[in-house]
Amino acid sequence: MASIRRRKPGFSDSEEKVRKDESLADEIEEEDEDKNNGKDKEGRVSGQLGKWKKEKKVKAPRWSCLDNCCWFIGLVCVIWWLLLFLYNAMPSSFPQYVTEAITGPLPDPPGVKLAKEGLRAKHPVVFVPGIVTGGLELWEGYDCAEGLFRKRLWGGTFGEVYKRPLCWVEHMSLDNETGLDPAGIRLRPVSGLVAADYFMPGYFVWAVLIANLARIGYEEKTMYMAAYDWRLSFQNTEVRDQTLSRMKSHIELMVATNGEKAVIVPHSMGVLYFMHFMKWVEAPAPMGGGGGLDWCAKHIKAVMNIGGPLLGVPKAVAGLFSAEAKDVAVARAIAPGILSRDFFQHQMLQHVMKMTRTWDSTMSMIPKGGDTIWGSLDWAPEEGYLPSKRRYTGNGSQPIDDNERKESTHRPKVHYGRIISFGRDVAESPASEIKRVDFRGAAKGYGDVNASCRDVWTEYNEMGIEGVRAVEGYKVYTGDSILDLLNFVAPKMMARGSAHFSYGIADNLDDPKYGHYKYWSNPLEAKLPNAPDMEIFAMYGSGIQTERAYIYQASPSECYIPFQIDTSANDEDENSCLMDGVYSVDGDETVPTLSAGFMCAKGWRGKTRFNPSGIRTYIREYDHAPPANLLEGRGTQSGAHVDIMGNFALVEDVMRVAAGATGDDLGGDRVYSDIFKWSEKINLEL
Amino acid sequence: MSFLRRRRGSDDPAPDGTGKDSDDDKFEKPRWGSGGKKDKEVAPVRARWSCMDSCCWTVGFICSSWWMLLFIYNTMPASFPQYVTEAITGGPMPDPPGVKLRKEGLMAEHPVVFVPGIVTGGLELWEGHQCAEGLFRKRLWGRTFGELYKRPLCWVEHMSLHNETGLDPPGIRVRPVSGLVAADYFAPGYFVWAVLIANLARIGYEEKNMYMAAYDWRLSFQNTEVRDQTLSRMKSNIELMVATSGGKKVVVIPHSMGVLYFLHFMKWVEAPPPMGGGGGTDWCAKHIKAIMNIGGPFLGVPKSVSGLFSIEARDIAVARTFAPGFLDKDVFGLQTLQHMMRMTRTWDSTMSMIPKGGETIWGGLDWAPEEGFNCSARRTRNNNGFPGPIGKVSVDNVKGANYGRLISFGKDVADQHSSKIDRIDFRDAVKGTSIANTTNCDVWIEYHEMGVAGVKAVADHRVFTAGSVLDLLNFVAPKLMKRGSAHFSYGIADDLDDPKYDHYKYWSNPLETKLPNAPDIEIYSMYGVGIPTERAYVYKVAPMSDCYIPFQIDTSVTGENEESCLKDGVFSVDGDETVPVLSAGFMCAKGWRGKTRFNPFGIHTYVREYDHAPPANLLEGRGTQSGAHVDILGNFALIEDVIRVAAGATGDDLGGDRVYSNIFDWSEKIQLDL
Repeated sequence: MASIRRRKPGFSDSEEKVRKDESLADEIEEEDEDKNNGKDKEGRVSGQLGKWKKEKKVKAPRWSCLDNCCWFIGLVCVIWWLLLFLYNAMPSSFPQYVTEAITGPLPDPPGVKLAKEGLRAKHPVVFVPGIVTGGLELWEGYDCAEGLFRKRLWGGTFGEVYKRPLCWVEHMSLDNETGLDPAGIRLRPVSGLVAADYFMPGYFVWAVLIANLARIGYEEKTMYMAAYDWRLSFQNTEVRDQTLSRMKSHIELMVATNGEKAVIVPHSMGVLYFMHFMKWVEAPAPMGGGGGLDWCAKHIKAVMNIGGPLLGVPKAVAGLFSAEAKDVAVARAIAPGILSRDFFQHQMLQHVMKMTRTWDSTMSMIPKGGDTIWGSLDWAPEEGYLPSKRRYTGNGSQPIDDNERKESTHRPKVHYGRIISFGRDVAESPASEIKRVDFRGAAKGYGDVNASCRDVWTEYNEMGIEGVRAVEGYKVYTGDSILDLLNFVAPKMMARGSAHFSYGIADNLDDPKYGHYKYWSNPLEAKLPNAPDMEIFAMYGSGIQTERAYIYQASPSECYIPFQIDTSANDEDENSCLMDGVYSVDGDETVPTLSAGFMCAKGWRGKTRFNPSGIRTYIREYDHAPPANLLEGRGTQSGAHVDIMGNFALVEDVMRVAAGATGDDLGGDRVYSDIFKWSEKINLEL
Repeated sequence: MSFLRRRRGSDDPAPDGTGKDSDDDKFEKPRWGSGGKKDKEVAPVRARWSCMDSCCWTVGFICSSWWMLLFIYNTMPASFPQYVTEAITGGPMPDPPGVKLRKEGLMAEHPVVFVPGIVTGGLELWEGHQCAEGLFRKRLWGRTFGELYKRPLCWVEHMSLHNETGLDPPGIRVRPVSGLVAADYFAPGYFVWAVLIANLARIGYEEKNMYMAAYDWRLSFQNTEVRDQTLSRMKSNIELMVATSGGKKVVVIPHSMGVLYFLHFMKWVEAPPPMGGGGGTDWCAKHIKAIMNIGGPFLGVPKSVSGLFSIEARDIAVARTFAPGFLDKDVFGLQTLQHMMRMTRTWDSTMSMIPKGGETIWGGLDWAPEEGFNCSARRTRNNNGFPGPIGKVSVDNVKGANYGRLISFGKDVADQHSSKIDRIDFRDAVKGTSIANTTNCDVWIEYHEMGVAGVKAVADHRVFTAGSVLDLLNFVAPKLMKRGSAHFSYGIADDLDDPKYDHYKYWSNPLETKLPNAPDIEIYSMYGVGIPTERAYVYKVAPMSDCYIPFQIDTSVTGENEESCLKDGVFSVDGDETVPVLSAGFMCAKGWRGKTRFNPFGIHTYVREYDHAPPANLLEGRGTQSGAHVDILGNFALIEDVIRVAAGATGDDLGGDRVYSNIFDWSEKIQLDL
């Protein structure tokens, strides 16, 4: 109080009328004190003030709105700083303390637990990140990207994409014909563990696994992130960046300096990338790495695939067809909502589509094996799947009773085999009732849509109404015909893609044509290496609804992508798999169980023609349990495609194998889904 | 003024106990201020405008202005700062070398390997004690230094190595950062390699043909291989780059201590396993096109002696990076210095830079290769101020600077002729058991074990030359030197074919090793000149106290006249502020020139000097013509040389030697059997 009063006269010192003011101010101060004693004198105070005010009128201060704003902002800032200070001064164990107070003591992270058990770093570990999760940084660009040299355009802050969206799209795109860099742009993968430890600030990918491995003694000399440019086709990463050579050299170095074989941990598309690598390294130069047929046997102890889309994902089709799979990682990562049609119209989607279509790698995940694997018009391996049943087993509370099972038989059968159907009625009616008009020969009309409105180029603009009608007329597309569909709607893209990827099933694996690199990432057209001591794990989450088939509609508008998912198709029934035009099935939210598990459950199990040396395979499923509360972040028991990298059970499995355990030590298979049953239904010659 | 008044008004109103009405108050005030007629209605609800409110107002005002400026700054086109600079300095800035050479049509050809020096490489935490929680994989060295200020002792503990093994202490793993990020920027905004990287990128370089050979610079060179297999990694990476770029050999660019590290590497890679890398004697010939040493302390730096002796060289990089003033004794007391000393003494690598070659190279009591060097002559030349005469006068004076005496106790001793100095040998002196009360000292340095008698013995020896400085260090820090002598050697080989020279401790000493059998390699010595560089010290015995370092530089000693090289107790000589010209240039100027016993296969050597010119104005930052030890990495001329060689040029294409200093004269004076 005293200090405040002392200041007032000080403020007035410079004025002419100061003295008067001062005396008045003193009076007021006295009044202040009075007032503190009792409020009854308020009237007198105000009277005094009024008088004083009148005298001061000429130079009277104004308290404007601006000042109020300043005051308010100041208050907020001060409080913010105060909180920030408290936060910083807080011991770092405080959040954990709070969490424990709420939920009870947390389990030890697996690293701590296993360190107590005495596990130590043994085998070097190689991480192979998937699509989307690896950072990309700019090495050369146009003027609009000035100042972004060696900054991340993908991951991190996305090169401040909001400041220059079109510039960003331009730099992220590849050349439309070669699938390599456009002239004048060099975007390169970030190297080192930082490439994919965090995707964005606070959004971990590999960081949890790395941190836990570090607890038992791992460090950079024994961990290697095989970061690659995930936009390129696999062989092109070698052509442009020599990424495969780099990986080979690094694995050799780590094996040499540690004296132990490496444990490979690929995630998502990295699984396919590593399949490609294993074939590449054995193949003779110049197409291959010239490592010889025993390279894998000499250098690899185990391949622990996490959420691997070994047979592709239906989502990739929707992504390529209409850039639409709502939660496809590509779209999601840019921030939910931005891609929503309602805000940005189709233009935005088209830009994204144009960009993603230049990425050859997206084509690596088109469903492989056609009808044999994914089912035909009237048949699919997963048929009879009940989502609600899974939900109940997940919670472990409500057993499935027979009533429910019986009820389910009355329900219309879900035709998972029909990956794309036009209209809900088509999706549900028996095959014999569907009238299909073959589209393959249909003439494409020349863009009768108003061509001037498009500043982006997608191949749809060349297709015309005729083409759209023809596509719609065929009604239903299964695993086989989906390829023809894509060839029809995007011939240039598929021509590029077919040079790098193949989606069939080999009749005769010894056919010399399978020496070509385009077959290397397809497990149905490549043999596993001759390395009987190696182990292959398929580790994936289950218990989450995963996109499996779509109901489409032709979308009427002028500048447009002519097809879109019919989000109005919904089943009210809780037990239904149909929601927003998407039929879903068990999986990890991105990869259906079938794709992640089939090869290890059946295709490679024992000695088969795909696995001639009898490499042992294990299936490790992780049942999804959402985080119990917000403090858990993305959960320690998640089964979701990326969040599973923080799943304690999975981390523990990886660590045990890295420290020397075999698949049998882990307890062999660990299965929650019907993967074995479904695999049985697939008639694949082995 | 109006602004001020508005504010004062807000300070004036009478108090009102209830804060609740403050909102009304804000709207009432203007009315109340502008005219008195409504005062009576307003008064009852008027809130107090307290000091708190003014503070809030001020802070709010500052914040808003800040945001506004930030917003303007962000919306500003990226070329704006350049535009301003150009407007001020007049005329367009020169193109950065990358752009210029790109226009000339140069493209990436040879892969490039960077070998960072001491201090500049980042170190991150992989395992630590409780106090370092939350710093996992965060940098303890570089960037924010792991928020050092929050826990200085914890930080010192984690940065220290084990006192006996020179490896990790139990429970702590601090590891070098890998990749280009390891040393592109040392701290935010303080570039090391970033400028060079950016310019190389302009002609097509990227991560696949640039490799940062980051290593833990605290360890002795051989220990980086023992603990991290860093040398194997480097070998494997170089082999990979040569293979993937179609057999193009690499250009290696070591900086500072990296120069010694790479000398070690070249010997290591040829040596058979297990001690070496088993690459065979033609490995270097097959994989290396050129070695472009930047500011290399080939023969050591005097600074490291004062660093080890009393951790005092004021501007030694270690100390400097902490922010100037931090280590100032007057602020923090000796305790901080002692902690620093204890920490740096666990770093074996500091011993790699003790002056090598003894008196033959660095001069004896009455002789030094640089004698006659005129400090002001260089200065005046830079200023373009004084013409000849002064230089002539000073030639007579400078005889006084006895550079050979690395450490002298007292200025008189430094100046006297050797015959007049009374010296008492200290080597056998008995070290008293510490009379000082060591229980108060929570740091341990070997001085506590030396006692008063030891201190006196050292001081009585008066003068130490490069030869006796080793004995001195052995005397004052026997444990440290014992550890170090297993990894480094400082002598001159009589017979290089002696099999003892196969031991790794000789590999980083150019005077005790032969260059590899690779006549096509080119070795460059590139360094800055024109900056006074520490060369010799005047010491005094520090006053007694409980916990203390008993010696300190006598900063009161300064030369009388302007031309003197003696300032603040330090004799300086030409150099790049850290490495004297002699150390950086001698090997390429003489020791390896032509076919010598150190260079039996006649590898070509070139000396490239870069005359220091300080930045013309603040906008230039650290300057594009700097010759300072680290700033030289942003020197356009140097960058251009590097890029040209990387793009295929040879040393002769660059124009051969480029010399500003007297390096050839000085080298001539050194009597080294070649």
